[in-house]
Amino acid sequence: MSATSGSGATEDALKIVEDATCTFCGCVCDDIELHVQKHTIVQAKRACVLGTAWFLNHEVEDVPSCRIEGRPASVEEGIERAAEILYEARYPLIYGLSDTTCESQRVAVSIADWIGANLDTTTSVCHGPSGMAFQGVGEVTCSLGEVRNRADLIIFWGSNPAESHPRHFTRYSLMPTGMFVPGGRKERTCVVIDVRKTKSARAADLFIPIRPRKDFEALWTLRALAADIEVDAEQVERETGQPLAIWQDLMDRMKAARFGVIFFGMGLTMTRGKHANSEALLALTRDMNRHTRFVCKPNRGHGNVTGADNVVSWRTGFPFGVNLGRGYPRFNPGEYTASDVLANREADAAMIIASDPMANFSEPARRHLQSIPYVALDPKETPTTRAATVAFTVATYGINVAGTAYRMDDVPIPLRPAFESPHPSDYEILRGIEKRVQQWYAAGRRPGGDGHR
Amino acid sequence: MSEETFILIPGRTSDQGCGISEGKYARRYSDAITAVQMNAQDMERLGLSEGQPVRIRSEHGSVVLPLQAARADELPQGLLFMAYGEYSSRLMGGETHGSGMPTSKGIDVTIEAAEADEVDTGRIA
Ligand code: SF4
Repeated sequence: MSATSGSGATEDALKIVEDATCTFCGCVCDDIELHVQKHTIVQAKRACVLGTAWFLNHEVEDVPSCRIEGRPASVEEGIERAAEILYEARYPLIYGLSDTTCESQRVAVSIADWIGANLDTTTSVCHGPSGMAFQGVGEVTCSLGEVRNRADLIIFWGSNPAESHPRHFTRYSLMPTGMFVPGGRKERTCVVIDVRKTKSARAADLFIPIRPRKDFEALWTLRALAADIEVDAEQVERETGQPLAIWQDLMDRMKAARFGVIFFGMGLTMTRGKHANSEALLALTRDMNRHTRFVCKPNRGHGNVTGADNVVSWRTGFPFGVNLGRGYPRFNPGEYTASDVLANREADAAMIIASDPMANFSEPARRHLQSIPYVALDPKETPTTRAATVAFTVATYGINVAGTAYRMDDVPIPLRPAFESPHPSDYEILRGIEKRVQQWYAAGRRPGGDGHR
Repeated sequence: MSEETFILIPGRTSDQGCGISEGKYARRYSDAITAVQMNAQDMERLGLSEGQPVRIRSEHGSVVLPLQAARADELPQGLLFMAYGEYSSRLMGGETHGSGMPTSKGIDVTIEAAEADEVDTGRIA
């Protein structure tokens, strides 16, 4: 719902957008009140520090909507060149997608299907290992609304929401009064387990510092304690950095909880052990249901990374790291994930949508990306857009573009844009590329040059 | 000072998060991704002061960045912390151990004092 204050809605009048959605982080807060003056958001009520920076810094960029090899070009030329690059490639990679709408993600999957591309999202470098673990163990989970209304023991493991998801505590987990926790914060116990005493640890009732790279050992200690299996106290302390009594105390609290939840972060997935760490945590959560109600949830980072998992799953059967080169989907993290496809120098062209692998990937992956033709779509200038063959400056989802984003608990939320951008949306660019590719296909031209694939 | 072994934990920070929205070529982001935090006792033990450039070397690359004392008891001894970004990525390897995820936290590094004119200021693109 949006309303315009004052009489006579001139261009300069203050526009108020109610219930706007912030897509900066996986909390996807949809209660923001935006005050908009022409092409600038001047105030974002209820947004946190990250959300405020997000809303107040997405004014219209005075840059060309398209650049080809660094030179300004028309969007049509850009679409033609981008389609050509992708269609001619023998092993194209389509990657990114966590900071755009589900509607755009859907088109990107279609393009990947038409051209037989390798498709991956930023999930592979955030909770991809957890995605693998879900398949192995399953996920005992719930919505954030249930956490808000029921959870009396809240554990954060390898996750620092105070800095990464600032409204997590107040909106969903720690602070709210809930239907079954009417006392709010004072009826909830918060435990933080991490290698450093983060800002989140300061908000906790109990902080358990563990040795770096020992999450797996700590989680299996808890699994043993959940099953009343005797463990070697000396070894536990040596491995985890904490005496057995600390872990036993935590287990006692976990068993005594009415509704426990573990939110886990990249402290698990990015550290040695990766999917084995996530598996251990999911298995622990499952074990705890023999004693009480217990759930877990990865704290997802980017605004619509959860949407990317959902859309790629609907369309291919797998959440990320999918290869469509044979005309049907194959899933294999470690092979079809972007970091590997690039570091192993397999991709010969790429399209990067709303992400910045040139800044975030390993040196061998970056070097390879820089050596192949690629297309980049982003609202802002980044190391990835700067080195792209074709770079599109696109409108920002949620600020200029309507559509759908998924909150970290798989709840779809509509976006309510604040003002129009002169730049096209990535949806429009992707649709343009898809149409071109479909035309070539219909005309008998096959992707990959002369039918190598 | 001889080479010392540490474990590097790159992670998110408020400044780095806000910096992404302000722009990756704006000051806040650049400042956020170039500071390396160390426990104050480690700094004292090694005779390193605030702002001292240090060379951080992993199996995969090296960067020279200014040192910052970690806040109070935030960081235990033996750990380094820095915000995710181009510089932390340079210390990561390409191997994902069949997971798609390079080891991006808990990286073994060595550090040694470096000169002010060696500090990495160049960005990737
Ligand atoms: S918590 Fe996340 S989604 Fe909510 S306002 Fe802050 S940045 Fe935006």
